[in-house]
Amino acid sequence: MENKTIKININGKDFEENINSNLLLIDFIREKIKLTGSHIGCDTSQCGSCMVLYNDICLKSCSVLAIQMDGAKITTIEGISDGDNLHPMQESFRECHGLQCGFCTPGMIISAIALIKEKPTPSEKDIREHLEGNLCRCTGYENIVKSISAGAEKMKG
Amino acid sequence: MYSFNYHIPKNIDEATTLFEKSNEPKYLAGGMTLVASMKQRLTAPSDLIDLSKMDTLKSIVVEGKNLKIGALTTHNSISKSKDIKSTISGLCDLSNGIGDQSVRNFGTIGGSIANADPAADWPAAILALKSQIETNMRIINGEEFFKGMFETILDEKEIITQISFEIPSYFTYVKFPNPASRYAIVGIGLSVYDKIARVSVTGASHTPFRASEIESALSKNFKIDSIPLNSVSSENLNNDIHASAEYRSHLIDVLTKDAVRTYTQ
Repeated sequence: MENKTIKININGKDFEENINSNLLLIDFIREKIKLTGSHIGCDTSQCGSCMVLYNDICLKSCSVLAIQMDGAKITTIEGISDGDNLHPMQESFRECHGLQCGFCTPGMIISAIALIKEKPTPSEKDIREHLEGNLCRCTGYENIVKSISAGAEKMKG
Repeated sequence: MYSFNYHIPKNIDEATTLFEKSNEPKYLAGGMTLVASMKQRLTAPSDLIDLSKMDTLKSIVVEGKNLKIGALTTHNSISKSKDIKSTISGLCDLSNGIGDQSVRNFGTIGGSIANADPAADWPAAILALKSQIETNMRIINGEEFFKGMFETILDEKEIITQISFEIPSYFTYVKFPNPASRYAIVGIGLSVYDKIARVSVTGASHTPFRASEIESALSKNFKIDSIPLNSVSSENLNNDIHASAEYRSHLIDVLTKDAVRTYTQ
């Protein structure tokens, strides 16, 4: 069976697609579902631009096959805002200048949300350790760390 | 990546039957190395047999003086396990230092040791602790498991089901990670059983090994000063863009001292 029909829930919507076994999850999300907010940076599981939530945990979508995700619940950057209202973490990135070119930002925000779900009040050390798998070539990380601290507070409501 | 047939077996028997029937099959655990290797066309299996859905291989239990971890338990489940924290807490720290969050969410202990990367972290625990690798065919003593670079004693179709560690009076793992990959340039596992020290080294050579000279020195006198200088000769150590063999030999001394220091603190 080189082809298989899989069912995936992405951002609360069910999708059923017949796919080839060698399709990566990131290509499924970008090419089949046409959600292009998750980026392909390094394509070697290092940069974290393709980070999505698998249930509530973070996953680099370039490092798994779409076929492995049959029945999974995935959240991408497009699925976190409430219509035109940005997610509190997105707001914090905007307010704290947590981005410059913005390429890594979807992955950073998804990664941050996964961290807050586990540790609602992370220390600076927690944030820096958690961001081990997310690379940014512009900001020098200082404002990203500030954004995540501020976002954590905002997420408490 | 070349295409392949993809299977999800319900149990181990079904997995081995599929393996026997296929042309060039591979088992898939967390896939954190295998999928990346397939993307680079370093490997191209005809059939991928996905074991990751077998929940029976994800348990963590303490039985008497042994800690038993199911082969498909992820690094993050291990680092957060209260049973492991209360028995061999050094294993929580070890697993929490592997790769990054995404790798730890999906990568498994069984997949890591079956892959036998010479710079992986788990092999240091397998050798420093008294361990047994249980498979669908037999029980293997941890010391006999690794045979070389990406090589183990496992038969092609054999599947690791559980890893059992005898709980020591102390265990720690200290590594000098490559800053990009977090793989060990050198990693040292240190355990103490009834005042006898066991010291393992990963990352330094083509395969993990035990440092017998350091072990006997520490077993006689468990002090930093008793660790012999240049205890592991650079002769058979890795020499690559990350570190010279001499530097690795030096790191073995330094990291072993760090490991002993964590005990006395």
